[in-house]
Amino acid sequence: MNEHPVWEVFRKEKRGAAFEHAGSVVAPDADFAEAWAREQYGRRGESVALWLVPRGAIRDVEDWADEFDLKYRRVDGYSIKARLKEARERAGTAGAG
Amino acid sequence: MPDARTEEFIARIQEGAQVEATDWLPDDYRAKLLKFIEMHGNSELMGVLPEREWILKAPTLQRKLALTAKVQDEVGHAQLIYRVVEDLGKPRERCLADLVDGKAKFHNVFHYPTKTWGDVGVIAWLVDAAAIISQKALLKCSYAPYARIMKKICWEESFHILHGRDVILAMVTGTPEQFELVQEALDRWWGPLMQFHGNPIPREEDPMFQWRIKSQGNEEARQQFLDGYVPQIRELGLTVPDPKLCKRDDGVWEYSEPDWDELKHVVTGHGPKTEERLAFRRRFLEREQWVRDAVLAA
Repeated sequence: MNEHPVWEVFRKEKRGAAFEHAGSVVAPDADFAEAWAREQYGRRGESVALWLVPRGAIRDVEDWADEFDLKYRRVDGYSIKARLKEARERAGTAGAG
Repeated sequence: MPDARTEEFIARIQEGAQVEATDWLPDDYRAKLLKFIEMHGNSELMGVLPEREWILKAPTLQRKLALTAKVQDEVGHAQLIYRVVEDLGKPRERCLADLVDGKAKFHNVFHYPTKTWGDVGVIAWLVDAAAIISQKALLKCSYAPYARIMKKICWEESFHILHGRDVILAMVTGTPEQFELVQEALDRWWGPLMQFHGNPIPREEDPMFQWRIKSQGNEEARQQFLDGYVPQIRELGLTVPDPKLCKRDDGVWEYSEPDWDELKHVVTGHGPKTEERLAFRRRFLEREQWVRDAVLAA
């Protein structure tokens, strides 16, 4: 059965929710893949929708270069703890709040 | 000595990182993971046989349907788990061949007979309860595809436990003979249940813990089982067949030493029902070959 493609199964738990990766099935074609996936991921009404994607069709993106140090555009780019402490000390409000 | 890449991998997973099927995995990790998950798959598949025997003998139609649904779920779990094993490099056909040839292991509790309907209740309630403790800990497994399918498995197991508890409650509130069937089944199953989570190896010495395949030590799981279920057993008026069993002031349960020789003997293929159940599985594997051939030819 291993010469058949792997189909990644994504399931949606309720209407309005995002699709989440659930697992995979091996099947010769999309119809078989649907039959397996219905049986394994929808049998007990635990999903309102499924997506079946041939594994080979997925483009994997995992490297995230940050050559220009773009931290200033994110929350973790700002560490205000030390400066806030100093500012409070200067203002004489440290420990007041 | 592990190489630098492996060391970096170990450090990452020990911090709680999870890896995917397409990531690089150290050979030793892959081998241990595969063996562990394969045994889990085998246990799901063999685990339906003790209960299957009672589908035809179930006391009511409702019980028959519930038991059938449960058996269907467990076989479904085996399907999900073998798929994870396939991705790690071992084809399903080889898993099944090794299983029926007696070369692969499955959990100790599935090597024992199901003598009465009381045994069905004890299996569905307490064996499933012991299993769900291990499976919940696997939700944090370092191998993400396995952790993800465990979510679905745990969800279904919670209905199985309730079904088991309902079977037990119906019997303990029934005739004295029915109550006695439950007590006798509990007496039979207590030993295997105490062996279920394995020898108390310290976490630090357990490679399964170092690789974060398991996130829980064996003794930790057993303590959790005792803490959760001994009070539930006792409140029904049932007696746990271990005179030494008691909860210390510090919250730790003391118990008679489980029979580790029995555990080893049983899981290496010498349980009272091992041969018969493997033969059953072998027969069906052969009988259903034409279905697999037909699907392959499609």
